Amino acid sequence: MEPTITFFSDLKINDLWFLAQAAWATLLISGVSITVGTILGIVFGWMLFEGRWATTLTLTPLLDIFRSVPLIIQLVLFYNFAPIIGLNLDPFLSGVVILSLYCASLVANVARGGIEAVGVPMRRAARSLGMSYWQDLRYVVLPIGGRAVFPSWVGVALGVMKDSALVSVLGYIELLKASQILITRTQEPLIILTIAGAFYFALSYPISRYAATLEKQWAS
Amino acid sequence: MFDYNFHWRPVFKNLPSLIEAGLTTLQVAVFALIIGIVFGLVLALVRMNLRGPLYWFASSWIELARNTPALFQLFFFGFGLGALGIHLSPYTIVLAALSFNCAGYLAENFRGGFQAIPDTQIRAARSLGMTAWQCYSRVIIPQVFRIVYHPLTNQMVWAVLMSSLGMLVGFRELSGETQALASRTYRIFEYFAVTAVIYFVIVKIILGASRILATRLFRY
Repeated sequence: MEPTITFFSDLKINDLWFLAQAAWATLLISGVSITVGTILGIVFGWMLFEGRWATTLTLTPLLDIFRSVPLIIQLVLFYNFAPIIGLNLDPFLSGVVILSLYCASLVANVARGGIEAVGVPMRRAARSLGMSYWQDLRYVVLPIGGRAVFPSWVGVALGVMKDSALVSVLGYIELLKASQILITRTQEPLIILTIAGAFYFALSYPISRYAATLEKQWAS
Repeated sequence: MFDYNFHWRPVFKNLPSLIEAGLTTLQVAVFALIIGIVFGLVLALVRMNLRGPLYWFASSWIELARNTPALFQLFFFGFGLGALGIHLSPYTIVLAALSFNCAGYLAENFRGGFQAIPDTQIRAARSLGMTAWQCYSRVIIPQVFRIVYHPLTNQMVWAVLMSSLGMLVGFRELSGETQALASRTYRIFEYFAVTAVIYFVIVKIILGASRILATRLFRY
């Protein structure tokens, strides 16, 4: 007796574990990219604020590129460009590099807005109290400006978290890629997509709500 | 280290078909934006003025569109509806997912715009004998339009960038066409570099056109 062969199999407990691992992969790549991107973005934002013609000529158009080309194209481009200059990056690292730069290009504008939100009189007051330039940045601009733009930063970070789904084009198995694999095998798209969507929603909705409440509280 | 030979000729030979695909991208984005504006207006008005099931429907549409990845929404319109027996063409899938997304994001922008108009203006318009329709179309909407003009431009850019996801469901817009051509000649980097430039140019044209239009529209 030959066993019957089927191409499709049911959804099993193992598959849920597979999805959970993929969800962790999503969290990992977005966590790393948002952290690196935010640090880079704050530096860029400061450069945009302080720099004169030199940054206007170099940094502004450079950051503009990351916002004007689809993320998916950036990913494919970088993944295929890295071997040309002799770098062998796996999908995770390529994804982190591009997502971080993308995040940084968005955070740079937010950070510049934050620095601009601190009034000139306030900064002069800090300097005339004897604070150095860096002390002024650290103890005056960071707390006040950071608070002013924190809600927009949350928006950017959540956007990057959602856009991390695109790293799947490079073959990195994150939540949506895993869902796609399972859908192909089990032919049960509705359940799997609902689980994946619920995960993103459960992560994004409370945080965006929290940021919105904070914005309201701080505005009043 | 740099032993890669760039071959640009096959790309330039296929430039006409890339530009044609770029027009498809633009077309989908424009349609998605128009549908998104219509549904976004309805959703915003429903969410502000009604209670009960319609309110919940509008709210869940808006929150789902804003809190899940665009790629997830695309998969849902592709695989999800396919499981329910509704099979759409790649064009319709991309258009539906983009419109769904745009409507959700624009609804929140419109809501902010409507809330910026004081209630007293509605009452003033009504007491001048205008009907509700006249009041909205002649007093409220023109002012809201001015407020949401900039977010609308951004949304148009987003729609163009997001349409690149069509590549993943086999839609031959700019990215999909590029991938198809690139896999034929295996000049992936060259093709995607040219495509990135085309996207950049499209985005710049949109932003420039919107700026020119704004000086015409908002002269007073």
